[in-house]
Amino acid sequence: MSKRIEVRDLNVYYGKFLAVEGVNMEIEPRSVTAFIGPSGCGKTTFLRTLNRMHEVVPGARVEGEVLIDGNNLYDPDVDPVLVRRQVGMVFQRPNPFPTMSVKDNVLAGVKLNNRRISKSDADELMERSLRSANLWNEVKDRLDRPGSGLSGGQQQRLCIARAIAVSPEVILMDEPCSALDPISTLAIEDLIEELKQDYTIVIVTHNMQQASRVSDRTAFFNIAGTGKPGKLIEYDDTTTIFSNPSVKATEDYVSGRFG
Amino acid sequence: MTMTTKPDTPAAVTTPIQNSLTAGRLPTPAPWIILGAAIAVSAAIFGVMAVAGGSGYNWGGALLVGALLYIPSVWLFSVLVEGRRRAMDRLVTALVTGAFVLAMIPLVSLTITVVTFGLARFDAEFFTNSMRNVTGEGGGIVHAIVGTLLMTGTAALISIPIGLMTSVYLVEYGHGRLARGITFLVDVMTGIPSIVAGLFAYAVFSIFLGPGTRTGIAGAVSLAVLMIPVVVRSSEEMLRLVPNELREAAYALGVPKWLTIVKVVLPTSMAGITTGIMLSIARVIGETAPLLIAAGFTASVNYNMFDGRMQSLPVFVYTQYANQGNPPQAYLDRAWAAALTLILIVMALNLIARLVARFFAPKFGR
Repeated sequence: MSKRIEVRDLNVYYGKFLAVEGVNMEIEPRSVTAFIGPSGCGKTTFLRTLNRMHEVVPGARVEGEVLIDGNNLYDPDVDPVLVRRQVGMVFQRPNPFPTMSVKDNVLAGVKLNNRRISKSDADELMERSLRSANLWNEVKDRLDRPGSGLSGGQQQRLCIARAIAVSPEVILMDEPCSALDPISTLAIEDLIEELKQDYTIVIVTHNMQQASRVSDRTAFFNIAGTGKPGKLIEYDDTTTIFSNPSVKATEDYVSGRFG
Repeated sequence: MTMTTKPDTPAAVTTPIQNSLTAGRLPTPAPWIILGAAIAVSAAIFGVMAVAGGSGYNWGGALLVGALLYIPSVWLFSVLVEGRRRAMDRLVTALVTGAFVLAMIPLVSLTITVVTFGLARFDAEFFTNSMRNVTGEGGGIVHAIVGTLLMTGTAALISIPIGLMTSVYLVEYGHGRLARGITFLVDVMTGIPSIVAGLFAYAVFSIFLGPGTRTGIAGAVSLAVLMIPVVVRSSEEMLRLVPNELREAAYALGVPKWLTIVKVVLPTSMAGITTGIMLSIARVIGETAPLLIAAGFTASVNYNMFDGRMQSLPVFVYTQYANQGNPPQAYLDRAWAAALTLILIVMALNLIARLVARFFAPKFGR
């Protein structure tokens, strides 16, 4: 179910502006990798290059290679739509489709793609996705109500269920808990722990406790100054990053001395 | 000795102190009393003038001067009692309300006039007959209703797909020079006088069908020329309101761009787009000049868009008024009743638009 990601010499541009420079990274399957670093250092930008969401922004482009199980995402013949079916994404702010019910939101990946699915299969897929997102018990009585009527934390878990329902290999999470209260955050962290069994997970977070709680490996990004490109400073096991980092900047950041 | 100061303290606490957050306040009915007084004063002045001048009493003038008198007086009372900030609030409230009332006067007056004059011929015969072989009294507007519905409907059929797709292009695909050029031309099109649209359609059909041809389809094309820019602009605004996050959410699920547009962007903005389309229909259904040129006028029912002249409600109103026969009152009554019918049709369209908008609107219930 899960795949290995390899990033080689990746430069990310917005038009002429170099946003992230020279990233090399290997992400193991069935692991949680956290990206930490100060605001504006390119964590989210880099994350979005992993499923070609980056190029949705006009003028954005990428140099270098991202390999998923050896397949280069940025090969000229690659269809970004097929990439995104394998690499799902959860966004910072919960964004359920406002025109759809809870049920249709979970099945959005199937229904929006005009794929035919029998009613029993659909119900089974929906229940399985909602159960793996720890949301089934809360919404099973209001599956036909609008998805935007749920609370913020429930909406975010609904978005995770929606991402799982298309059975991706990798799930990217862009600060999934930044708009949530501590209890919902805990629910989602537990969920990440469970999802790790089946998926490769990459998570961007500003919360260093969260990074240390949920991730196996941590990447620290930093930026030299405004207008300069963000860089990957250090990438290691989470315990090493938080207890014995090899770079001074990482130590300063994780111990709260700057940023 | 230390005990001597003690008795003062509880006394100081129990004395009722002035709450520093209170301020003077005019009683709730005060503005109405001031308004009544202002109108009474103005009415008295106009009464004296009417007696002195020997002319009739000017009710409109009395009300207008009364309302004008109210604005400074409410400000004055408010300054004296409540202070400058609240006085400014009252002044602006009075001005804004005044502007609203002023804007309502022509609307209400027009509705009352059309209803009172239009009801004279608002009968069954009017809606079951055409003007074929009718001179003088009697006759009806079936041919005009048929023409208006056919031509407006065809115009909508032409301009809704074109307009909607143009706006989708502008919002979702268009970047750079082409998109800017289209936006500019659409803005220019919004401003062309309707008679020019009529001349355009007339000229185009003259090229192919010979000079002097007037058909329903030519009228529909001229209406479509007027309608397209309105549809493009209103749908464009609505599509831009759809949050980018929803598009990204769909892309992240591996949904291709065109399906994202068809199944996420358009449904989310459907309510606003429908309202815009209905408003654009309401805008063109009352057009007279282009239809007069492109579709002409006739006394008979014509269901064929591609052959023969076609009557429409605004043109019917115009011809009845412009070419009065004998007795003239019959022609005037028909014109008013047709105007009333047109207003009712537009009103019905707007009501339908509201219902459709409510039906399609994204639901946010818990």
